[in-house]
Amino acid sequence: MFEATKGILRTLITGGKAYKLWMMSLFVFIAVAIVLLAKQADQGLIVTNMRDQVSWGWYIANFTFLVGVAAAAVVLVVPAYLYHWEPIKEIVILGEMMAIAAVSMCLMFVTVDMGSPERFWHLIPKIGLLNFPQSILAWDVVVLNIYLILNMIIGGYALYKLYRNEHYSTKLLMPFIIFSIPAAISIHTVTAFLYAGLPARPFWNGAILAPRFIASAFCSGPAFMLILFQIIRKRTSFRITDQALFKIGEIIAYAMSLNLFFLVAELFKEHYSATAHIASLEYLWSGLHGHNQLVPWIWTAITFNSIAFILLLIPKTREKFKTLNLACILIFLGVYIEKGMGLVLPGFIPDTLGEIYDYFPNALEFWIASGIWAAGMLIFTVLAKIAIAVNTGELRQKV
Amino acid sequence: MSDDIQKGNDKHKVTRRKFLAGFAAGVAALSMPLGNADASIWEEYFRQHFKRLDKDELKKILTNLDKELSEKFGKKVTVKVTPPIDNVEFGYALDLSRCIGCRRCVYACVDENNQSRNPQIQWIKVLEFEKNEKWLDLEGSNRYYNVEKVPEKGRFYVPVQCQQCKNPQCVRVCPVQATWKEPDGIVVVDYNWCVGCRFCMAACPYGARSFNWGRPNIPKEELNPVMHYLGNRPRYKGVVEKCTFCIQRSREGRYTACVEVCPVGARKFGNLLDPASEIRYILENFRVFRLKEELNTNPKFFYFFSMGFPVKS
Repeated sequence: MFEATKGILRTLITGGKAYKLWMMSLFVFIAVAIVLLAKQADQGLIVTNMRDQVSWGWYIANFTFLVGVAAAAVVLVVPAYLYHWEPIKEIVILGEMMAIAAVSMCLMFVTVDMGSPERFWHLIPKIGLLNFPQSILAWDVVVLNIYLILNMIIGGYALYKLYRNEHYSTKLLMPFIIFSIPAAISIHTVTAFLYAGLPARPFWNGAILAPRFIASAFCSGPAFMLILFQIIRKRTSFRITDQALFKIGEIIAYAMSLNLFFLVAELFKEHYSATAHIASLEYLWSGLHGHNQLVPWIWTAITFNSIAFILLLIPKTREKFKTLNLACILIFLGVYIEKGMGLVLPGFIPDTLGEIYDYFPNALEFWIASGIWAAGMLIFTVLAKIAIAVNTGELRQKV
Repeated sequence: MSDDIQKGNDKHKVTRRKFLAGFAAGVAALSMPLGNADASIWEEYFRQHFKRLDKDELKKILTNLDKELSEKFGKKVTVKVTPPIDNVEFGYALDLSRCIGCRRCVYACVDENNQSRNPQIQWIKVLEFEKNEKWLDLEGSNRYYNVEKVPEKGRFYVPVQCQQCKNPQCVRVCPVQATWKEPDGIVVVDYNWCVGCRFCMAACPYGARSFNWGRPNIPKEELNPVMHYLGNRPRYKGVVEKCTFCIQRSREGRYTACVEVCPVGARKFGNLLDPASEIRYILENFRVFRLKEELNTNPKFFYFFSMGFPVKS
């Protein structure tokens, strides 16, 4: 145990200039967020731009997007373990590390959005009073925590065995792996149900929301990983084959085709029937009564997604790193806008009594969110660094 | 996992809960600001859900609350927990043909229910509409009309507040059961239990819930010292609040503040279970409607017209 701890610490403090600079900047971002969080804790959420009309904003937008990123780890888990697909298997642990980091960020975003976060214990069953199964938010608390623990077990066990220079028992791990597939789908489904289950908000109150969430998650998560894997491949001795990367690119293309199809289905239904419920959609896509601040954002998102889809669909552009990476960046940004601000805000605009309150995050919300992203990156960097060191044999128990 | 407070307590559970709460105390202590030696802060922090408090605990809490609030506001404050009256289910009716949009109800409600003045919280919102074929088109309504004299020509007014739904969406979504429907139909919030997630605000179709975005602020001289624990006692930063049909009044057999102040008698309130009540008379003798009927929230807040148009205005 002592040897392992020492080994981990040594792994974490050794690194190139770029690594140290990266870690330093993460700490700076986190420090800024902590200072601003102290202000928010003292004065209340009034220091944000959220108000009664738009009662969720930038924090919950980020939360929603990141649940998708977390769920996407399953994209790697399924082929790697079930079909023994070798090229991906070696990088699957990194996918699990990313899931852990993403779920941690989700939990942080929900916490900073709470008006009374110090009362978190009210959510603990028996001690507190979790409204399960009535409240979908209670479901979300449950499935997110299960998913977090699940990824910790799978990733942790595999790494532990590797560290001990042993083969991990697939038989022992298999039930957890199989379970992690529905768990990943469930965290994002439940998050979609948070919104879809509210008849007060016609913009969210549709059956297509959950399928759309899953489809877009299978775009943004893997896109993020594709970029990360290339960085890791370049900076460490960890080997990831081109074949594995192109395969992920292909998966994203299929997911994006579904995502765009669902979007078209939704746009058709709303526009052709053109009921009073179209107001929020109008606010998002074309502006409502002169309020149009989200319009350029959503059109940017849809343009990015469409271009990326074409780039990933054509094998020639998919298997060229320049275009592959461009597609990944476009998809990540596209889905971030579409599923973050593009999903959360129009649900509140116009509000239930018809008022339009133009919400946009202020600097404080932006920097607190950035700090949480930095914390997530920090978690991932630490976990990935350990995982890579174990995988490459640098961090192993001495035989 | 489900531990529904509606089912009531059994003794075994309480002891286990207390044990677990003690354990949680140690964990939670880490998240509390240091240097606060005052024991009452800890007691408040670990206070259980309202429905889990036994008589002695509740009595102690109320005594402390009276003392604390009396000191803070410099007048004698009493916080009660008057229970619902048997065979009473409150209902409300609003006569749209009489309402002149004067907003006296809004301010009477603020005064009676100790709503924060700055930041400003108002449980009642009066919507101004144009008299045209669009009728109750909420998107065309204006909440911020500011005119010398009401009613304005060509306008009509629709006050909206908590509709005290029989099927309240806000209650269902709360992750910690901090809000629930009382036996007399009033939807209340335990301000010491709400975690401030605001899911209820997303779920409410009537914009009836307000959040304490900042620290609430009530001038000492304007505080209403007659309070109900689930109603108009001062709220905290970071919790949700809403109309309770003036629970501190209605459970004592009094009218709500908005009913009392209305200069044109547009507001009617009473017991839906009493066939002789005014509210039942209205339901039987006028055609009433409810807001967003299609959502199946089943409000106990009815709008009606006692006079036919045209109305002089």
